[in-house]
Amino acid sequence: MTAIPDTPAGAFRLPRLGRFRGLFNAVLGIALLMGLWWLGGRAVANDPDMFAFSDFAPGPTLAALWDILSTGEVLSMSGPSLYRVGSGLAIAAALGVPLGIAVGRTTWLREITNVPFQFLRMISPLSWMPIAVMVYDTWDGAIVFLIAVAAVWPILFSTASGVRRIDPSWLKVARNLGANPFHMLFVVILPAIAVDVLTGIRLALGVAWVVLVPAEYLGVTSGLGYAINDARDILDYSRLAAVVVVIGVIGFLLDWLCMLAINKFNWVRETAH
Amino acid sequence: MIVTRLNETGADQVAAASAESTVKPIRGAHVAIRALSHTYRRSDGPVLRDMDFEIHQGEVVALLGRSGCGKSTLLHMMAGLTHPSEGEVVINGRGVRAPSPRWVMMFQAPSLYPWMTVAQNAALGLRFSRKTNEIATRVPEVLDLVDLAAFAERNAQDLSGGQQQRVALARSLATRPEMLLLDEPFSALDAFTRRSLQQDVREIARRLGLTMVLVTHDVSEAVLMADRVLVLDANPGRVAHDVTITLKEDARRAGSDAFQEEQARLMQLYTDVAHGDATTPLG
Repeated sequence: MTAIPDTPAGAFRLPRLGRFRGLFNAVLGIALLMGLWWLGGRAVANDPDMFAFSDFAPGPTLAALWDILSTGEVLSMSGPSLYRVGSGLAIAAALGVPLGIAVGRTTWLREITNVPFQFLRMISPLSWMPIAVMVYDTWDGAIVFLIAVAAVWPILFSTASGVRRIDPSWLKVARNLGANPFHMLFVVILPAIAVDVLTGIRLALGVAWVVLVPAEYLGVTSGLGYAINDARDILDYSRLAAVVVVIGVIGFLLDWLCMLAINKFNWVRETAH
Repeated sequence: MIVTRLNETGADQVAAASAESTVKPIRGAHVAIRALSHTYRRSDGPVLRDMDFEIHQGEVVALLGRSGCGKSTLLHMMAGLTHPSEGEVVINGRGVRAPSPRWVMMFQAPSLYPWMTVAQNAALGLRFSRKTNEIATRVPEVLDLVDLAAFAERNAQDLSGGQQQRVALARSLATRPEMLLLDEPFSALDAFTRRSLQQDVREIARRLGLTMVLVTHDVSEAVLMADRVLVLDANPGRVAHDVTITLKEDARRAGSDAFQEEQARLMQLYTDVAHGDATTPLG
């Protein structure tokens, strides 16, 4: 440890904790969130107009959370949701990655598609809902479609920007050494843009997870969105809050998995020599 | 022992496995430039005009000229990466149509793939030409040739610029080419690294019997590396002088008197050509 201060004298500093600092700060952040939640619960419980909602407080919520965890109900709730998000993302990636590569490699295609893609991207995926419901026989189909529509844009744009940043000399060297188009794609282009594609998927997952819950408010009788709606209808607010916690935790874990994949495929060095 | 690529099969691999000859001489390519002219756009004048010369097997030839004289374009044509508007490049009696692992180009930047190890980078040519079964024996051989055997499993980004250029050289040599085409491959390196690479590359090319064509605007590089220097005129590019460098191997050091003499002679020719350019009206 060097003695050089990294904050100006007099600025607020957390105590030095060495290698546990990151963990300590993470726990501190969670504790702060729980504290705010608890304070909010107290305020609601003391308000005569709102005390009916006091089950949203941490105590009842965590009890209900333990309930859905211990009975295994959490699996039957989140299983269908994960299936829908997974299918939607898979479709989005299957469309977005090849399209992104084509758009990134071909100037005229990029120019033609730019306005239509930007236009479509800015339409809220949920606004397709009535059309999706009419087009698809099943609610599941409609929900997967909505997720795919939401998820395709981040994947497509991130892939295209990755392709445009490929060092042209990598392609020249490959051509010079006798690479065929198959080699170009699988040995040069895809490894070069792996991190961009995964970053796009990570962004897409965030959007998909957000779109999922409102999409599940309609029609279907399974999934996390349905569980929230159901809990509201039977006025079981502690259960409703517990499902909200489950949504947050699963979303966090999925994002963390994406981060792991990005770190695994990332070949960019932090420091140049 | 002389092995051409045509009969390079099982017997060759047995030979490669025997410890006594890890490096086998290869017969270098013969190049003929025939009535070659090139124009980028119809509106512009030609960058290269009426080029006609030959490069013999195993010869090291430097194309010396100022920026914009088309020397790099000419090299790209020999590699099959660009096609001349008129005339042709003939290698071993056949017109060049496309890139081939038999004549490999090295560029200014080593352009290694940063997600691969040194060994994986060196193996690329073999992988692309579907000779993956040779990778296990051939890659250690070529890395040894460029003194980087110890770095095989390191990431390409961990190496210095000079070491990366050595990996690029190993990558070029892995497919046993008959000719190396160097497009100012040392210009981005520091003077010390550049000198040692210039000497090593010449030595390796001669040991393997490779034909080598080198594009440069550095007179001392041309004298140090080449058997023959073609001094190119610009606007349009054409061969102004064809100079044979008669230095012995041990005199090919920047310090020796013979080297200084040869360098001064070439510098005079080069300067005359360059001045000629300046007074020639463009058109």
